[in-house]
Amino acid sequence: MSDRPTYTLKGDTGDWEVVLGLEVHAQVASNAKLFSGASTQFGAEPNQNVSLVDAAMPGMLPVINKFCVEQAVKTGLGLNAQINKYSRFDRKNYFYPDLPQGYQISQFAHPIVGEGEIEVDVEPSHGDPAYTFSARIERLHLEQDAGKSIHDMDPSATYVDLNRSGVALMEIVSKPDIRSPLEAASYVKKLKSIVVALGTCDGDMEKGNLRADVNVSICKPGAYEKFRETGDFGHLGTRCEIKNMNSFRFIQAAIEYEARRQIEIVEGGGTVDQETRLYDPDKGETRSMRSKEDAHDYRYFPDPDLLPLEIDDAFIEGIKVNLPELPDQKRARFESEYGLSRYDAGVLTADAESADFYETVAKGRDSKLAANWVTQELFGYLNKAELELSESPVSAVQLGGLIDLISSDVISGKIAKDVFQRMIEGEGDPADIVEKHGLKQVTDTGAIEAIIDQVIAANPDQAAAVKEKPKSMGWFVGQVMKASGGKANPQAVNKILREKLGL
Amino acid sequence: MSDLTKLTLTSALSGLDRGDFSSVELTQAFIDAIEASNETLNAYVVKTPDQALEMAKASDARRSAGEDGRLDGAPLGVKDLYCTKGVRTTACSNILGEFTPTYESTVTQNLWDEGAVMLGKLNMDEFAMGSSNETSRFGPPSNPWRRSGSNATLTAGGSSGGSATAVAADICLAATASDTGGSIRQPAAFTGTVGIKPTYGRASRYGMVAFASSLDQAGPIAKTVTDAALLTEIMCSHDDKDSTSLNVETPDWVSEVGRGVKGMKIGVPKEYRVEGMPDEIEKLWQQGIDWLKAMGAEIVDVSLPHTKYALPAYYIVAPAEASSNLARYDGMRYGARQDGDGLIGTYEGTRASGFGAEVQRRLMIGTYVLSSGYYDAYYLRAQKVRTRILQDFQTVFADVDALLTPTCPSAAFAYGEKTDDPVQMYLNDIFTVTANLAGLPGISVPAGVDNDGLPLGLQVIGKALDEAACFRVAGAIEDAAGFAAKPEKWW
Repeated sequence: MSDRPTYTLKGDTGDWEVVLGLEVHAQVASNAKLFSGASTQFGAEPNQNVSLVDAAMPGMLPVINKFCVEQAVKTGLGLNAQINKYSRFDRKNYFYPDLPQGYQISQFAHPIVGEGEIEVDVEPSHGDPAYTFSARIERLHLEQDAGKSIHDMDPSATYVDLNRSGVALMEIVSKPDIRSPLEAASYVKKLKSIVVALGTCDGDMEKGNLRADVNVSICKPGAYEKFRETGDFGHLGTRCEIKNMNSFRFIQAAIEYEARRQIEIVEGGGTVDQETRLYDPDKGETRSMRSKEDAHDYRYFPDPDLLPLEIDDAFIEGIKVNLPELPDQKRARFESEYGLSRYDAGVLTADAESADFYETVAKGRDSKLAANWVTQELFGYLNKAELELSESPVSAVQLGGLIDLISSDVISGKIAKDVFQRMIEGEGDPADIVEKHGLKQVTDTGAIEAIIDQVIAANPDQAAAVKEKPKSMGWFVGQVMKASGGKANPQAVNKILREKLGL
Repeated sequence: MSDLTKLTLTSALSGLDRGDFSSVELTQAFIDAIEASNETLNAYVVKTPDQALEMAKASDARRSAGEDGRLDGAPLGVKDLYCTKGVRTTACSNILGEFTPTYESTVTQNLWDEGAVMLGKLNMDEFAMGSSNETSRFGPPSNPWRRSGSNATLTAGGSSGGSATAVAADICLAATASDTGGSIRQPAAFTGTVGIKPTYGRASRYGMVAFASSLDQAGPIAKTVTDAALLTEIMCSHDDKDSTSLNVETPDWVSEVGRGVKGMKIGVPKEYRVEGMPDEIEKLWQQGIDWLKAMGAEIVDVSLPHTKYALPAYYIVAPAEASSNLARYDGMRYGARQDGDGLIGTYEGTRASGFGAEVQRRLMIGTYVLSSGYYDAYYLRAQKVRTRILQDFQTVFADVDALLTPTCPSAAFAYGEKTDDPVQMYLNDIFTVTANLAGLPGISVPAGVDNDGLPLGLQVIGKALDEAACFRVAGAIEDAAGFAAKPEKWW
């Protein structure tokens, strides 16, 4: 695994680095809301999934949904984080029409999950090799989502849909350990893979079920290290928070834009204002949403309608013993059990579907060969065709069959690629394709010898020259393979050629 | 037939049982009494005579089928704080407009499940914020009691002024009330009635319009200690819909009332002897001590050193919670709305016109004490005081079974006497807020009258979940005092 590269942006006054901290909101995969029994089903008619509690009718009281608490603890365990046996719900007070209570119930002072740490894998990019860094988690807390204000239905009115009001969210806050736009996207990807593996969030970013706020600041080389040594945020620049991004591409583009915007301000002699900004994907820029001066005073205080949340070791243990295999554990197992590189293992365990697919292909077969076929050929094709694995025209069983044909020398690796192409085109099982097109490899040494003899006889000059320059034997191999229609076993061809040419 | 409205709840239930009269007859008597008096007394803000008669009819049918509940056929009044399905509920605030809930509070549901009949909704201070019922959008009720030789209208106290008035004036058998800082006990003391605030969490807050969630507690106002015990038993229940509801059994409190106090240790806290308290109240307190002693209780002088900080702490915690609880009244989904310039204008217009002056004052205080930079100095400090007050009680209760104090530092006062000075008004709660801050049960029982002939109450504070002790001691005082005075009917 390679060293962590330093991401720098060139400014007029020299290089700049970025420091990023993320707040990811993951909707708890729960059928009911955090404090009411109303449904959380996506796509319902507006205001259909609203209980008296969600609409904040007079005298209505919140009652905690135990299932959501379990999901938060489960996620905390997946983040290798401390589970707090005592946590508490606070009220975050502000007025807005999509916030019926006039406050959001959240965990401010005492979150259910404390500090943790995850390993984040960064894919190769722009010539940098793949690498891994560790990101510390500050906390995870449970909170209610707000409803949705719809401003574009009527020019003179805002409509409010309370279906989301009260839906349970887990807010996962990182420490400022993330140092590039790609790392930020990779971090969110990793979180997504963890919550999806745990089943605590469906990770559907398009529906907004997983979304990220990014705190961006810039600093000069060396300043971040000083910050890490001292914990003094004074070494870092003023941060701006970019709200609510739900795609990896937007996250990266927004950070890059925002960092350049801040560099321009600072290099122009100005100062960055601490503010909340929104990313506009159409324009590719961030714009101010509200400044620090307009920031709400949320008047946090413990919600007197709810008792502190106290859980015991048995509750935590009960969740721990039922934890599914996490992406990191799976990757480690893939490395040791299948002898894969950390990178390949990481790619294959990024989601459960890929991992299951690979395990089906690899079962009882050459695991490295299986990994190559899955990651290079199949994933390569799916990427190019913009298909999901679930839409793959080639099943795991079929791909396994193809590998069997290679391993048992029925076809060569080269022919296998042709067969694979035909499988993509929907010709069916590899064995049938090989049979139908007569693609079986020639391993009969007599037949190969005959072809070699012909080729040598037809090219006496080259046969003489190759004795002086043995490296040019490859040309003969090519001629022989061509003459055999690609079906000759390459090892046999090499061996016999060597003998016949006297090398 | 004698005047059925003069009956106590217990005697009315016996009469129904014996078949002396039907629930329809009893209910009609109350409907007539309400019709004749409410314009003057202003106790009811919503009258539900048709619903009452229907409920009474159904009750009579149940009784003849032998399926009657413990309150079957008993006509009761309901404080306007309780959400009642299909019946306008506004907590006497303009901001709730004509709000009519589609749901029933757990406490009132418990009453209907036992067969009680609803006569209507009772007046109260707006959102229960007040000690004189003057902050009601419907104007205050009139205390049936007057100073002898005076026609001045007196307050029935607050916030449950309507409940106290209706019980004292015999226009319901008993009533639900609620107590955040003394809102049951002070009106009971001002009207010669019995009122108890149970232990915090005994009764569900589901469907009660919230004032201060950590202090609000439901309870009854009734004519006798036995009536109060019966109602409290039925109002209290564990409720999954209220996370702060206690999962405990509700004991038989009615049978505690006559048990006497022999062998009980009763504490008398010296800090409740405040400066400027009228001699009559001092004397009544001593009288109560003497009665209990005579009945075999041991009297112990005790100290609750943090008492003087209770009122200031209360007037930080309660407004803080209220400022957040009342944020939902924004004109967006229900209740009154005053459209203004844009969203902010509508918020401002709605809340400025919807909330009365006292509510606005408390919302501002609450918002201020929770603001960043002030939170630690006010809210957090007040919570620490609250812990100390609870510890004071716990220390004392290691040694005594109950505490005896006056309920209020004065008898009922005339309207306008304290309205100009909110702090004077807040001082009314000085003996009652401590039980709310500590979550303890407290009962007020009428024990005598002052020189003007106005009723005065004594308060018994018990250990957490020991309402039984409150009922025992209050029952003994009720016996000893033989309090039989009734206001002379002028309405």
